[in-house]
Amino acid sequence: MEKEKHVLVIFPHPDDEAFGVSGTILTHTKNGTPVTYICCTLGEMGRNMGSPPFANRETLPAIRKKELEHACKVMGIKDLRLFGLRDKTVEFEDIDELADRFNSAIDELQPSLIITFYPGYSVHPDHDACGAAVIHAVGRMPKEKRPVVHCVAFSNGCEKEIGEPDILRDVSAVAEEKILAIQSHRSQFGAFMQGRALKRGMEDEQVMKRIRTERFWTYRWPD
Amino acid sequence: MQPIEPREVQKAVEQLCGKELYIHLETTNGAYASHYDTTFLNAGGFIRNAKIQYTRGKITGNGPYRVGLKMENGWVYAEGLTDWEIDGKGRLLLAGHNSDGKLAVALELSEEPF
Repeated sequence: MEKEKHVLVIFPHPDDEAFGVSGTILTHTKNGTPVTYICCTLGEMGRNMGSPPFANRETLPAIRKKELEHACKVMGIKDLRLFGLRDKTVEFEDIDELADRFNSAIDELQPSLIITFYPGYSVHPDHDACGAAVIHAVGRMPKEKRPVVHCVAFSNGCEKEIGEPDILRDVSAVAEEKILAIQSHRSQFGAFMQGRALKRGMEDEQVMKRIRTERFWTYRWPD
Repeated sequence: MQPIEPREVQKAVEQLCGKELYIHLETTNGAYASHYDTTFLNAGGFIRNAKIQYTRGKITGNGPYRVGLKMENGWVYAEGLTDWEIDGKGRLLLAGHNSDGKLAVALELSEEPF
């Protein structure tokens, strides 16, 4: 993996980084590369409330914020920026305004790499809208000044349309810390990856393959 | 939250009757429903901090429960409600959770904006 100057991660929800990207983030921070995480919402509309419920619609945002801060600590991220949008509304925001906010962060941080969702191939409308605003922001920068953008995609059959991911990164070396990062988001993955489920999960070839390998598509600009 | 006790909820609903209130009403299957089952029509609705005032409010059913609020010119209702609480800010929170503890519906009333 190339040593980056600064990595900027942009996702809409606390936990979006957990399965697909936290191993990559850990690899960067262990390399001494600063990582900034812009998280657009606090996942206010998350559905996991536990049984019996440990949260309600009004207490969930504060819980998820704490979980996100914990995950950042585990991942070695020192710069977490909360953009204050509301979960499930990103696609209804003005894309230019959101891109303006991304552009000012890019101008300030001068990242060599941005990690976000692949617009159109990331299932959740917030994911697609967030990715689209990032691509919009970077796309209007002069070609020679654009940072590299690595996208995460996972919609059904996305490989048919955008091809296979060009980056398959083995993050086995940081797998244990990655699992800690996933576990930070307790309200979302409460039953998953805890206790016996964790033991079963780690014995499960498919789960561990998913944990060990992170996949990215390098965004290719049409111009 | 705790499992709905209909008589208690009925009292709470009646106490808010006639007041100017802010409402949060939401139904959801989760954003991934049609990702896992492509034949599934994912539908939901969400309204937050709209103002309402109702002339009658009632909880019905044997659990999960339904709550209907009759307004001067219309209705609000939610079904599938399983749990409730009056939170530290005096707001009436009602929610329906499925067997995995996932929220499927929420109906909340507050005298102040959420």
